[in-house]
Amino acid sequence: METMIEVQDLTKYYGQNLAVSRLNFAVAPGEIVGFLGPNGAGKTTTLKILAGFLAPSAGRARINGFDCVTESLQARQSLGYLPEHVSLYPDLTVTQFLLFAARVKGVAAKDENGEIDRVTAACGLEEVRRTLIAALSKGFRQRLGLAQALLKMPPLLILDEPTIGLDPSQIVEIRTLIKELAGNHTVILSTHILPEVSQLCQRVIIINRGQIVASDTVENLSRQMGRGTRTFLAVKGPEAEVAAALGQVPGVARVSPQGQGAFLVESGNGHELRPLLARAVVARGWDLLELKTQEFTLEEVFLNLVTEEGS
Amino acid sequence: MKSVTSGCLALLRKELTVYFATPIFYITGFFFLLLAGYFFYTNVLYYSLISLQAAQQAAFNPQVGGQLNPQHLVFRPLFGVVAIVLLFLVPLLTMRLLAEEKRSGTAELLFTYPLTDWGVILGKFLAAFLLCLILLAFTCLLILAFAWVGRVDWGVVGTGYLGLALLGGAALSLGLFASSLTENQIVAGTVAFALLLLFWVVGWVQEVGAGGGRFFQALSLMDHYESFVRGVIDTRDLAFYLSFIFFFLFLTKRQLESRRWRA
Repeated sequence: METMIEVQDLTKYYGQNLAVSRLNFAVAPGEIVGFLGPNGAGKTTTLKILAGFLAPSAGRARINGFDCVTESLQARQSLGYLPEHVSLYPDLTVTQFLLFAARVKGVAAKDENGEIDRVTAACGLEEVRRTLIAALSKGFRQRLGLAQALLKMPPLLILDEPTIGLDPSQIVEIRTLIKELAGNHTVILSTHILPEVSQLCQRVIIINRGQIVASDTVENLSRQMGRGTRTFLAVKGPEAEVAAALGQVPGVARVSPQGQGAFLVESGNGHELRPLLARAVVARGWDLLELKTQEFTLEEVFLNLVTEEGS
Repeated sequence: MKSVTSGCLALLRKELTVYFATPIFYITGFFFLLLAGYFFYTNVLYYSLISLQAAQQAAFNPQVGGQLNPQHLVFRPLFGVVAIVLLFLVPLLTMRLLAEEKRSGTAELLFTYPLTDWGVILGKFLAAFLLCLILLAFTCLLILAFAWVGRVDWGVVGTGYLGLALLGGAALSLGLFASSLTENQIVAGTVAFALLLLFWVVGWVQEVGAGGGRFFQALSLMDHYESFVRGVIDTRDLAFYLSFIFFFLFLTKRQLESRRWRA
């Protein structure tokens, strides 16, 4: 199996509204892919189609080699899904619900208890096993949602905003858990929290207005986005003169003073500017306090791509 | 096939857990048995009154006592009234089955589990049907109490129960379909109740001599039920109820299928 998820020309209309327009992407087994985009970009719609909850208006999606529409049952057997709004049966206890989910997913009767113990421990649900779902806090519900997705070790996990509603320590736990899943599971997760993507994902797919605007590793995206490198300098000297001197260095596209002698210099052609900048400062007799390249953060990449699309 | 059965059983167990964990079953069950008990009590009272009068008149008219039959005076009216009570209660049992899944959002998980649509439909239908059978089983206590003091024709009582079970199944399949149409439980309950009422009274058309009377009578839930109460198992009636159940379960399936495309 070469790809776990294969999406071709996927399109979805809600009535007259185009939610997703001709998406194409593939995810290899064992990859952790972040799905990023502003609200209403079509992330959740795409994930719902992959999970078999919605049918696409056009195009197709395959999971583990099975078509999400024509071989929906086999496709659904390969995945664990955590919806954006986790709704669970309030009248069941945590164990009763997990038992139901395990049975529905086809866990053998003799393995049911072991499997429930495993996901309960992995998601930190031991203390609420006998609690009614109606009485659970949002954090516990979110964890229970994740626990049911992990049942029967599905090769693919589709997680729609997995850390939403969790407190900081729970977020760290869940992120660690997702990291541990890499290798054995393929994970596609959507999120608004950009550092989460940098921490967890090997690859990012950014989508805006139903279309993919970027798909690459976080590092590559930052590099491409910069259209060259960005250098941070701290110089002890007259600010206006320093800025002017830096601006005269060949290859410099823009100098942005950051206050207190700090400058951010962007190169227009992607060349390494550090040696030239260092010489320019030292030659004028100013003190060079700090000099380092600075990559674009995912926030900047994201905002840039999304606003470029929008404008 | 295996996945339909295992998924259906898992869902059946979950539905029963929910039914028993919530007050729906206990409240419906309580009032169902209260009403059944009340009608049984009044029927028996009436029967004993008539019997007493017959005994007093036995000297003048010895045939009257021989014509008194608990089957006619107690059980037939009881089965008639229990069927009506059942039609009133079924919408209460079925209205949440699919509507609540949609309203609360649990449908998103349910329909992304590796369950077939038939697995979901049969699991939910069988859970409600089992509940209905449990309620009917409790009414057997009334019959047993009567058997303690009087003579019971078990064959006729048996066909009566078969009729009740089939009528209940038919009403439940219609209720499940109504629940698949909406995410509002009240709407689902109202639609189910209105349709059941329609299928109950549709046979009355023939009595007023309207055109197509026989056709409408053939659709009536109650007309097919009556022969069971009289102790007759007619294959036409059996076929009617089984087709009715299948038809509405099939409509429910089509409704679930269309959800993926319409969303």
